[in-house]
Amino acid sequence: MGVKLLLDKAHVEGIRYFDVYRREGGYRSVEKALKEMTPDTIVEEVKKSGLRGRGGAGFPTGMKWSFIAKPEGVPRHLVCNADESEPGTFKDRYLMEFLPHLLIEGLIVSSFALGSNATYIYIRGEYAWIPDILEQAIEEARANGFLGKNILGTGFDCEIYVHRGAGAYICGEETALIESLEGKRGNPRIKPPFPAIKGAWDRPTVVNNVETLAAVVPIINMGGEEYAKIGVGKSTGTKLISACGNINKPGVYEIDMTISVEEFIYSDEYCGGIPNGKRLKACIPGGSSVPILPANLLLKTAKGETRYMNYESLSDGGFATGSMMGSGGFIVLDEDQCVVRNTYTLARFYRHESCGQCSPCREGTGWMEKILKAIDTGKGKMSDIDLLWDIQRRIEGNTICPLGDAAAWPVAAAIRHFRDEFEWHVLNPEESQR
Amino acid sequence: MVKFSDDKINKVNEIIARYPEGKQKSALLPLLHLAQEEFGNWLDVPVMDYVAELLQITPIEVYEVATFYSMYNLKPVGKYMFEVCQTGPCMLRGSDDIIAYIGTKLGIKPGETTADGMFTLKTVECLGACGYAPMMQLGKHFREHLTKEKVDQLIEECRSKAAQNN
Ligand SMILES: NC(=O)C1=CN([C@@H]2O[C@H](COP(=O)(O)OP(=O)(O)OC[C@H]3O[C@@H](n4cnc5c(N)ncnc54)[C@H](O)[C@@H]3O)[C@@H](O)[C@H]2O)C=CC1
Ligand SMILES: Cc1cc2nc3c(=O)[nH]c(=O)nc-3n(C[C@H](O)[C@H](O)[C@H](O)COP(=O)(O)O)c2cc1C
Ligand code: SF4
Ligand code: FES
Repeated sequence: MGVKLLLDKAHVEGIRYFDVYRREGGYRSVEKALKEMTPDTIVEEVKKSGLRGRGGAGFPTGMKWSFIAKPEGVPRHLVCNADESEPGTFKDRYLMEFLPHLLIEGLIVSSFALGSNATYIYIRGEYAWIPDILEQAIEEARANGFLGKNILGTGFDCEIYVHRGAGAYICGEETALIESLEGKRGNPRIKPPFPAIKGAWDRPTVVNNVETLAAVVPIINMGGEEYAKIGVGKSTGTKLISACGNINKPGVYEIDMTISVEEFIYSDEYCGGIPNGKRLKACIPGGSSVPILPANLLLKTAKGETRYMNYESLSDGGFATGSMMGSGGFIVLDEDQCVVRNTYTLARFYRHESCGQCSPCREGTGWMEKILKAIDTGKGKMSDIDLLWDIQRRIEGNTICPLGDAAAWPVAAAIRHFRDEFEWHVLNPEESQR
Repeated sequence: MVKFSDDKINKVNEIIARYPEGKQKSALLPLLHLAQEEFGNWLDVPVMDYVAELLQITPIEVYEVATFYSMYNLKPVGKYMFEVCQTGPCMLRGSDDIIAYIGTKLGIKPGETTADGMFTLKTVECLGACGYAPMMQLGKHFREHLTKEKVDQLIEECRSKAAQNN
């Protein structure tokens, strides 16, 4: 069994409620942080922990926190990104649904560190039943003196509000999220300025993922140095992986980033192998936007070394032969799956979710969807494959936000590793009809 | 006439108070959710105008938001909306078959509503339940690990619920 820092109590009966959570040692980090530490020493601990943003970009959290601007007399905000919409990703939902107090605890400590008296949880609208769970946890925390005015008599005031989105993947991008929080369309802003300088209502704002903020709890409890000893290299601590697709045991797993991809897929502790004894064909290891890898490059790197479930190892080989940890959405395809069809559904997703501000993204995602659909259904030409390659290349890097890249990468990787499958569809139109 | 009850007006004020003073527009998304629940599960123009009035913003500011987000219905929808996910991870677990099955069973295509106004079938993109696929959203909740039998049950469940309410 690997180390568990977040989900260790997930199966305790009643852990969703304050009393049980508290009895199990909950809210100790708030007492420690508010009474024994200062905002600066908390930021230092988080820096020492090596924690990297769990939303997908992997940016060092402590460093981001130390960048927050502190202009005189201007309020600052912490915003928790619970928009979770990257296909394959459903880990934040699990945390909020089963361990709401862990998130609230992390939010209080982080709010104190950042000086946020009003903290917002921006949750995707479709998770419509979860705001009730969070709001109940918030009420319980308040009733017990952990939220509201003068928390634990320390003079620190903090409120946490839940803000529901309304169905738009793009609102997970932090600047689109901020626009949406302000009651606007989710059109990303140009960065810089980063939110830490100019965010919600033009105030300094830190946006962090649910899992990142939950991880602050064990970091404060055990100390940053101890946390950094778990894991390997720059992949410190534990990571939640949401596993789905053709595996025996889909679900959310906490790993310590030292296990191999092979162990993760085949061990009974995790995915439990592929159903019906089928063979592994391919995998998208970090959410739909990261490159798909064929089985051979997934289990071993191009150099023939074992591939591990951590940031460095998953990206070993760059885009030519590697992929990314991303948001931890692990999507497995068995030998019967069609990579072209899978890529088509993802292209359709990104076209649907493009906010339309940049022409390469708005037009390019539509073209890619159309061409992929044609190829998938046996109506494509050989030249379409090159056209597709060309379009994705022209989107990447030419847009305001990375949604354009996110749309381009899966297409590029599918062609790179599975070109023969695209060609098969073109050459076998009859058999491709759906 | 479009108007919230006093109870709901209290809720509106409580929501507005969550945001900094003068930034009441921030309450737009939550208020549109509230309005949609309250006024027949879709946002007619007078409803949007009413929300604009409550927030002291121009109607166009409401329209541009309501048209951007997929959860706001700008047309009437069936009493029960089956929003079935069709993105990659769900497709890998057979969502195409489920969508086709529901379509045949209800005699409608995705995007359509049954003649009796009871069911709308809608295909949607990833809802964050990929590990429990195939799945759909039905009202506030997710229905996961769908099979044809489960779909049959759900349709029955909705029909009998509707019958009870009449
Ligand atoms: N969890 C999910 O559902 C999804 C996750 N993603 C992930 O999102 C990632 C892209 O996110 P971005 O926010 O565009 O990445 P980014 O690299 O621009 O930023 C990452 C974080 O670091 C901060 N940051 C970076 N440089 C900074 C500086 N100089 N000063 C202050 N703050 C700084 C940003 O504000 C942001 O919070 C992708 O890699 C993808 O994996 C994408 C889609 C969905
Ligand atoms: C299109 C797009 C969608 C995103 N969606 C999410 C999301 O749903 N959840 C999330 O935490 N980060 C998402 N991000 C990343 C955020 O912009 C940001 O990097 C993150 O919230 C920072 O938190 P972290 O440092 O704790 O990871 C998305 C980025 C892009 C470009
Ligand atoms: S890249 Fe796409 S989603 Fe991002 S700002 Fe441009 S058009 Fe909008
Ligand atoms: S792909 Fe269907 S819920 Fe994620």
